[in-house]
Amino acid sequence: MISLNFVLMLAGILFALSVAGIFLNRKNVILLLMCIELMLLAVNFNFIAFARQLGDLGGQVFVFFILTVAAAESAIGLAILVVLFRERKSINVEQLDTMKG
Amino acid sequence: MEAVVTNFGMQAAAAEIFLLTAICVILLVDVFLDDSKRWVTYGLTMLTLAGCAFVTVNYAVDARVTAFDGMFIADPMGDVLKLFTYGTVAVSLLYSREYLQRNGLFRGEYFILALVAMLGVMVMVSAGSLLTVYLGVELLSLSLYAMVAFDRDSGVAAESAMKYFVLGAISSGALLYGFSMLYGVAGTLQLDELAVGVREVGASNIGLIFGLAFVIVGIAFKFGAVPFHMWVPDVYHGAPTPVTLFIGSAPKIASFILAIRVLAEGLDAMVASWQNMLIAISIASMIIGNVVAIAQTNLKRMLAYSTISHVGFILLGILAGTNDGYRAAMFYTLTYVIMAVGSFGMILLLSREGFEGDQLEDFKGLARKSPWFAAIMMMLMFSTAGVPPFVGFWAKIAVLGAVVNVGLSWLAAVAVLLSVVGAFYYLRVIKLMYFDEPSDTYNIEAGGTIRAVLSANGVAVLALGIFPSVLLDLCARVLP
Repeated sequence: MISLNFVLMLAGILFALSVAGIFLNRKNVILLLMCIELMLLAVNFNFIAFARQLGDLGGQVFVFFILTVAAAESAIGLAILVVLFRERKSINVEQLDTMKG
Repeated sequence: MEAVVTNFGMQAAAAEIFLLTAICVILLVDVFLDDSKRWVTYGLTMLTLAGCAFVTVNYAVDARVTAFDGMFIADPMGDVLKLFTYGTVAVSLLYSREYLQRNGLFRGEYFILALVAMLGVMVMVSAGSLLTVYLGVELLSLSLYAMVAFDRDSGVAAESAMKYFVLGAISSGALLYGFSMLYGVAGTLQLDELAVGVREVGASNIGLIFGLAFVIVGIAFKFGAVPFHMWVPDVYHGAPTPVTLFIGSAPKIASFILAIRVLAEGLDAMVASWQNMLIAISIASMIIGNVVAIAQTNLKRMLAYSTISHVGFILLGILAGTNDGYRAAMFYTLTYVIMAVGSFGMILLLSREGFEGDQLEDFKGLARKSPWFAAIMMMLMFSTAGVPPFVGFWAKIAVLGAVVNVGLSWLAAVAVLLSVVGAFYYLRVIKLMYFDEPSDTYNIEAGGTIRAVLSANGVAVLALGIFPSVLLDLCARVLP
């Protein structure tokens, strides 16, 4: 039996990895989208672990909602990415700096 | 066996159900319209807003009612905020119509997205559980991301949409992570049960504080408070002006209610913890907002920093942690929304074919060209700066009073000092309008509707400033 703490630690590490990925990545917007997805999945881990521990269905239902919203979120993210690529001919994060002040 | 019919309390959510149905109908009708008949979508959207107001007034509640097993709450505060949201959305769409038509953005999706965003605000206002809070937040945010990117031929808009999307998604992730910790420690998603659960495990539980920190990050992101404000100037600047107007108004009500529902209702036992976090965020917001705004030459960007400083003030009211403070924060939010709608409306009023009207320079000598609208802009700027007798002054007095009442007089002193710094850049706009020569000879070309509504908007700022008790009493009645 794996204890709750291990699962929480795993979720915490995944969450930290995804945040680090977003801030360290200077190359590619698609990697950002992947990191965002990973972040939501880390949260799902947390919810499932707690729901199992508490014997409560609420957390598991929450996970279904998060998965659905994550799908919608990637759809919008990719749509914005397409618009951006059409305008800039590039999806390099470093070039997203035309506004200053 | 007889089927058991449970009364979910559908009538509590009548306005949301009506709005969702109307959105589906408009979406369907819009498909069959050609571009010359697009005004039908616009008209239907306005009718829907009026219908929502009618339904909300008809099903208004005197005390808190819960529905859908506690997932959904209807209370007098929610009703007032919803009615206010309808009004704000209606006014921002009225202001936006001409700009949208001129720039080829007058398409059905725009109105659908605005209505869905509004539905998100309404769900947040009525949220009774962490799940409903999350769904409301996402419904609002996802629609706003799409609205920012709505002008598909604008590179800046796409860039700012991408920034908004990525930072918004991180904030949702942080908020969710916080929710999962709260759920794990308190063992419930329901906000009222959460308040009980927190008392049982004790407010100093390390898991709860860990979760709270993430929740605060999420809320500060949605508010646009320092140090999570990086998206605000870029989004306000890059988005088409009608979208900036939209983002600057109704979502502020949503951020306010997010803080009230989660912090004040769900985590009220932890007030000592979140008060300290909010004090730091609030001071930082007021400093960065007011100081950096001075350096801006673009009015949209300047108003973005001004928003950040106002968020600092709204947080002042919330961090007081008393009903007095929440009332003051609600009053501040509502007056801020009125002023923000008016200020962005002025930019839309000045804009014309091939001219955005969003540079400070564009306001030069406005008093010569149009004394009336220069006066309206002057009232809006004075009110935003917090000069009596305009309503912004009473809003500031209310939050400062609430903060002093809980023994944080030093914080009030800092806030007053920073709002004096802030007065500089509002007065600069007035100086440009009244004491500088016009740089061009163009006159305001905007049509009658926007002129009339904007005039009413400006007069409202003055009228509410002379009779602040109208709005103050309303806030006091719904937040006793």
